[in-house]
Amino acid sequence: MIEVKNLVKKYGNHTAVDNLSFTVESGKIYGFLGPNGAGKSTTMNIMTGYIGATEGDVLIDGHSISNEPEEAKKHIGYLPEIPPLYMDMKVLEYLKFAAELKGIKKGKRAKAIEEAMNLTKLNDVSGRLIKNLSKGYKQRVGLAQAVLGLPDIIILDEPTVGLDPKQIIEIRDVIKKLGKKHTVILSSHILQEVSAVCDEVMIISHGQMVACDTPDNLEKIMEDTSKITIKVKADKNTIERLLNQIPDIGNTEYRENAEGGLTEVTITTKVNVDVREKLFHLFADNDVALIEMYSFKMSLEDVFLKLTSGSKKEVGKVMKANRQKNIEETSDDDSKNDEEVETEDEQ
Amino acid sequence: MNAVYKRDLKSYFNSMIGCLYIAFIVALVGIYFSFYNMKSGYPYFGDVLNSVAYIVFLALPMLTMRSFSEEIKSKTDQILYTSKVPVGKIVIGKYLSMVTVFTIPILILCFCPLIISAFGSHDFRTDYSCILAVFLIGCAYIAMGMFISSLTESPIIAAVITFAVLLVLQLMTGLTSFIPSSEIGSFIGCLIAVIVAGLIYYSLAKNGFMAAVLVVIAGIALTVVYIVKSSLFANLLPTFLNKIPLTQSLNNFSLKTFDVTAIIYYVSVGCMFIFLTVQSIQKKRYS
Repeated sequence: MIEVKNLVKKYGNHTAVDNLSFTVESGKIYGFLGPNGAGKSTTMNIMTGYIGATEGDVLIDGHSISNEPEEAKKHIGYLPEIPPLYMDMKVLEYLKFAAELKGIKKGKRAKAIEEAMNLTKLNDVSGRLIKNLSKGYKQRVGLAQAVLGLPDIIILDEPTVGLDPKQIIEIRDVIKKLGKKHTVILSSHILQEVSAVCDEVMIISHGQMVACDTPDNLEKIMEDTSKITIKVKADKNTIERLLNQIPDIGNTEYRENAEGGLTEVTITTKVNVDVREKLFHLFADNDVALIEMYSFKMSLEDVFLKLTSGSKKEVGKVMKANRQKNIEETSDDDSKNDEEVETEDEQ
Repeated sequence: MNAVYKRDLKSYFNSMIGCLYIAFIVALVGIYFSFYNMKSGYPYFGDVLNSVAYIVFLALPMLTMRSFSEEIKSKTDQILYTSKVPVGKIVIGKYLSMVTVFTIPILILCFCPLIISAFGSHDFRTDYSCILAVFLIGCAYIAMGMFISSLTESPIIAAVITFAVLLVLQLMTGLTSFIPSSEIGSFIGCLIAVIVAGLIYYSLAKNGFMAAVLVVIAGIALTVVYIVKSSLFANLLPTFLNKIPLTQSLNNFSLKTFDVTAIIYYVSVGCMFIFLTVQSIQKKRYS
C-alpha cells in the first residue's frame, strides 16, 4: 500500500506538485492521468525516491521513502519516462546488473531474469546490444528491469509512448497480467489506455488531484445532465405538443429538415432520469414515426478535458465541486441506475 | 556497490576509453623510460616519473568526465537512485572503477625499477615511493574530476573544467608570482577570500543575515590580527597558494624523503571530493 501525504514539490517559484494526497491499495491497477506538465512524472519520481519532496512524505508499506529509503525502495519497480538503459550493454548483461543493483540474491538472480524476460518476451534479443534495439524493445527492456524480482508495487511512467499499436497491445497485456498479483501505477495522457487497463483513475492537473475514481464512475460523476437526440418524422409543432406531455423533459433544441424531412430534437433531462421508454410509447401511441434515438454519454475524454482545462484556480473549484458531488453520490448511490448507450430503431 | 563498480569498469573497456588511457600512459612513460633510463643509463626511475607525472594527471579527465554527467544526460541515474543502494555506495563504486583503470598502467610502471635493477645500481625505495605518490595524487585528482562531473550533465564541459583546474594547479607556482607578497596585499587578498566564502555560503544556505554576520566577524578578526601583528601577513597568500597543488610535494619523494604529511594530504583531498560528490548529488535530488 502506498500513502502519499500532502506532497509538495517546488522548482524555484514553480510548484510542480501542490499538496497532493492519495492512497493506493494493493492489487489494483491505477492510472495517473493528466496533461503534459501536470506533475505526473514528478510525483512518480518522488514516490520512487529519485528526487526528494519539498514538503510531505510517501509511505510505502508503512516505510517512509525519505527516512527509510532502503526498506521502502525494496518494494518498488520503476520504469521512468525514458527507460534508464545503458546503451553499451547487452540485454542479458543489463538485466543481470539491474538484478544485482536491486539486491536479488545470487542464487535467485537467473530465475528472476528468466521470469522477467519471459513476461516481456525478450528471449530473442537477450544477446544484443541495447543501442541496436528498436524503441519497442528498449521499452520492453526497461519494463523487464522494473518487474525484475516481481516487486509488490510496479510504477510505470508512460509505458506505451512511442510504440506501434501492436506493441501497445502487448505491453497492455503485460500490465494487465501484472495487475493480477501486484499493484501497478501507470501514468499516461492517453485516455483509451487508462480506461482499458486501469481499475482506478486519478486525474491530475496543475499538480493537484482533481478526481479519483473508477473510469465508469468518473464518467457518471461528471454528467450534470443527460442528453438524448431523437429524429422524428413530423414537424416541430407536433413534436413540441407531444413532448410537453412528458414532465421530466427540460430544454429542447430543434433542427428541422435534418435529413429527408426529418426533425432532429436534442432533449436535455436531469441526470438519473431515463425518458427513452416514455418517448418510445409517446410517439408510438400518437402514430408518429421515431426514426432514431440515442443518448449521449460523457466519455472519459470529456471528463478529462473538463477537469484539466482551465487555470489553476478553476481546477481548484472543480475539485471542490467534485468532492461535494462525491459525498452526495455516496449518500444516494442505490437510487442511481447504470446507464448504457443504446440505440433504438423504430421503423 | 559491487554492481555499479563492475558495470562501470566494463563500460570503460567497452567504450575503449579505458584502453586508450592505459595505452597513452604506458606509451608516454615508456618513451621517457627508454630514453632516460635505458639509453642514457640514468638509474633513478622516480625522477623520470616526476617529470612526466603532470601529463599523466592532465589526461585524467578522459576517465572522470563521463562518470556522472553521462548518467545524468542519458537519465540512467534513475535506475541507480531508485535502487536500494545508498548514494554513498554508488559514488564509491564509480570511484573505485576509475581507480582500478588508473591502477593498471601504474602496475605496469612498477616493472620499470625491476628492469633497471637488472643492469646495475638501483634505488627501489625511492622509485616505488614515487610511484605510490603518483598513484595517490592520481586518486585524489580522480575524486576531484568525479565531483566536477557530478555538477554538469555534459561530459565535455566536465572534461574541460577538470582539465582547466588541473592545469591551473600545475602552473600554480608561476601564477603565484603575480600575487602581491606584501603584508597589505595579503591582507586584502584574505578579505576578498572571506567575502567570496560568504557569497558561497549565501548561495548554498540562502541565509543573507547569517552570511553577513560571518563575513563581518571574520573581517574584524582579520583586521585585529593585522593591526596587532601585521608581519603574519607577509608573503601569506603566495605561500598558501603554493601549498595547494598536490604535485608540489612530489619532489620530496624523488629526493629520498618519504613525506607522510603529503600522503595524508593526498588521501584527505581524495576523501573530501568523494564526500562533496555525494553532497552535490543529494543536493540535486532534494532541490
